[in-house]
Amino acid sequence: MVTKTLRAPYDGIVMAAPVTIPYVRYSVESAQWWIGQAIRELVTQAGIKVSDIDGLCVSSFTMGPDSGVGLTQHFGLCVRWLDTIPLGGASAIAALRRAARAVQAHDADIVACVAGDANHVDSFRLTLENFSRFNQDAVYPYGAGGANSSFALIARNYMRTYGVTREDLGKIAVSQRANALRNPHALMKSPLTMEQYLAARPISDPIHLFDCVMPCAGAEAFLVMRDDTAKSLGLPAAKLLSTIERYNAFAEDPMQVRGGWAMDIDELYAMAGVKPDDLDVVQTYDDYPVIVMMQFEDLGFCRKGEGADFVRQHDLTIGGDFPHNVSGGQLSVGQAGAAGAYLGLVEGLRQVLGTAGPTQVKDAKLALASGFGMINYDRGLASGAAIFAGPSR
Amino acid sequence: MIEPIKPPGRKNPLLRTRLPTAPPRPRSRKSHGFTRAAAEGRFMLQCCEACGTFCYPAREACPSCLSSGLAFVDAPRRGTLLSETTARVPSDVYFRERAPWRAGLIKMDCGPIIIAHLHADCVETAAVLMSFQLDKSGQAVAFARPEGETPNMADDRQWRELTADPKFRRVLVTNGRSVVGQEAAMALKAAGAKTVFVGIAEPWRPFPGESALRGHEGIEIVALDAADEKSVNDLAADIGGKVDILVNTTEYVRAGGLLDRRGTSVMRDEIDQAYLGFVNLAQGFGPAMRMRGADGVNNAAAWVNVLSVYALANWPAFGAYSASQAACLSLSHCLRAELRPGGVKVVNLFTGPVDNEWFQTVPPPKVAPRAVASAIVSALKNGLEDVYVGDVAEEIRQRLAANPKALERELDR
Repeated sequence: MVTKTLRAPYDGIVMAAPVTIPYVRYSVESAQWWIGQAIRELVTQAGIKVSDIDGLCVSSFTMGPDSGVGLTQHFGLCVRWLDTIPLGGASAIAALRRAARAVQAHDADIVACVAGDANHVDSFRLTLENFSRFNQDAVYPYGAGGANSSFALIARNYMRTYGVTREDLGKIAVSQRANALRNPHALMKSPLTMEQYLAARPISDPIHLFDCVMPCAGAEAFLVMRDDTAKSLGLPAAKLLSTIERYNAFAEDPMQVRGGWAMDIDELYAMAGVKPDDLDVVQTYDDYPVIVMMQFEDLGFCRKGEGADFVRQHDLTIGGDFPHNVSGGQLSVGQAGAAGAYLGLVEGLRQVLGTAGPTQVKDAKLALASGFGMINYDRGLASGAAIFAGPSR
Repeated sequence: MIEPIKPPGRKNPLLRTRLPTAPPRPRSRKSHGFTRAAAEGRFMLQCCEACGTFCYPAREACPSCLSSGLAFVDAPRRGTLLSETTARVPSDVYFRERAPWRAGLIKMDCGPIIIAHLHADCVETAAVLMSFQLDKSGQAVAFARPEGETPNMADDRQWRELTADPKFRRVLVTNGRSVVGQEAAMALKAAGAKTVFVGIAEPWRPFPGESALRGHEGIEIVALDAADEKSVNDLAADIGGKVDILVNTTEYVRAGGLLDRRGTSVMRDEIDQAYLGFVNLAQGFGPAMRMRGADGVNNAAAWVNVLSVYALANWPAFGAYSASQAACLSLSHCLRAELRPGGVKVVNLFTGPVDNEWFQTVPPPKVAPRAVASAIVSALKNGLEDVYVGDVAEEIRQRLAANPKALERELDR
């Protein structure tokens, strides 16, 4: 019997310099261009030299045939720690976890975590075709609906099992659009009403247009370092309190009604020493509203099956009693490939640093960001979450 | 409930013919275990030889015990439809022009989860029966249908896309002088074919069974000698654009092998009739069929070869004939590849000795021509690719799979 031991706490590990390179729907630029711009912006914002970065962690669906190593030469980086993370919507949490332990062990001092993706006119279809072996063998040939169809199967079963209506899911999308209207970089710029949400055209029943993210090009990034490094640079930074990640959880469930968070949630809050109620901002992974609702349950804000009630009883907007996906999330800002994994975390970082500008939640000190992804076959396999606190807490 | 499909009207020659497109083709090598199952109409899954776990999709190691001993075995077909969706705006051209397209997630009674194309009468939370079918890319796909019969079941749009049902289609049977050809023509007509053209070389020469063919509504006798290139091209020029299913019943059987024959004249005839006849038919009719693979309800759908099972293993008593059949089998694989862009299936029937004059001295069991005819219809209705007709053919299949060398020695007696 293998005994499980307690994880070492994150000791003075911080995140700084939240960077978003504003998204565009289609761009002729390559993933390398987007990633390069994000690193440039990291350096500018942190007031450091490129040579100060001694660790790099990248995620991208479209940077092939490069991996992280090619990028070091491309961008003139000489790092002593390098990782390439192809984990889709869980990439940001995974990158943060790897980087945090690297700087904690002094394998590196400043790790740049970056995700960026191109979106050429045919990129999205090619990504769908080549997603995974199980997808190629046993999903894509069945109507080629891509993620929309895979999540439609999950959504339909979830809605039927727990009595969730389209209005319940619509409230999530409508609230996020209201938040996005304050974010100048959101691709969606017009208000969304519940009537419009309900009247939208079906894409893959029960998924309708406003349940879907818009694929786009863009990049997101942040730095991970020890707090002594941040102090010496005079950099405002957020303290990492706890993280979890999990793959292929609950394989025995015939259909996915919960993600891996549900396995690790106690550890997440215990390690951070906080309760769900303490959080000021929650940034879930919102590839589809149904996955958001699942996270409300699995991240401990309510019990399984109570997600719809939770949504009905809370105001999810910036000024509401449960500020959620406050920059508009992927549903309203756009999904820039792997950068979509970073969007919530990077915005959460801005929130606790108090630099979010028009989307700032008043007095936000403590935030949770989560990730989810990789429908390899019939369910999302990857999940993760992180809790972090601003300097004022 | 399915509305019966309506007979297609006359084609407007001024309108553009819709070109065939194909569903996604890439598969892992392991996944072709399902291709083999689908070709023969079997439902096979990988089953772990170490712990008995059934799994899906195709794997290299058992998800329960990591054994690599995952054999494809016949598996129970029953499962429950847990959830479904209708893709309305797929990113792939083939599905986009066929949308809305319905697929679902099935929990098999034997364990695995399978995503499958759905028959329209499948109902969520109810039982379904699963099969593997070959799609227009020639690749295996899972298909779920209701457990019981439902009205007009075979007219389901998604099912018809995976099969080559003769209903409303126009068929050319290439040799109506043989009893197999005559029985095939009757059976295809009875299965709902709009017209069955029956090829007869030198039709002014009378032949047994002629009056039954001539008197049959929807059966048309046409002049065709497959071994004669000009004859084939003349007929193709006449009806090539309206042959939706071609059934190659060319038959040229002579006993004997190699050493007891003098010269090459008999073998040359066997090659002329069977092999070059096939070549002429393919060149005459293949291009138009490939072009018409998506041409509405009566699109070009299938090419059927009636072959001897001794195409797979030489039977020295009919050794030269066996070789001519092996040549045809090899050529059929070439034809299959070349018709694939049109989504036209190539179906091979492997028969044991047929109960006709040419196998007069061969002891039973022999295959009744009518059994060959009904196997043709059944293969088309079920979208099969490799069909073994009769007890001898089935036995050869099994012995070949078990030990080809044993079969070789034992056929030599």
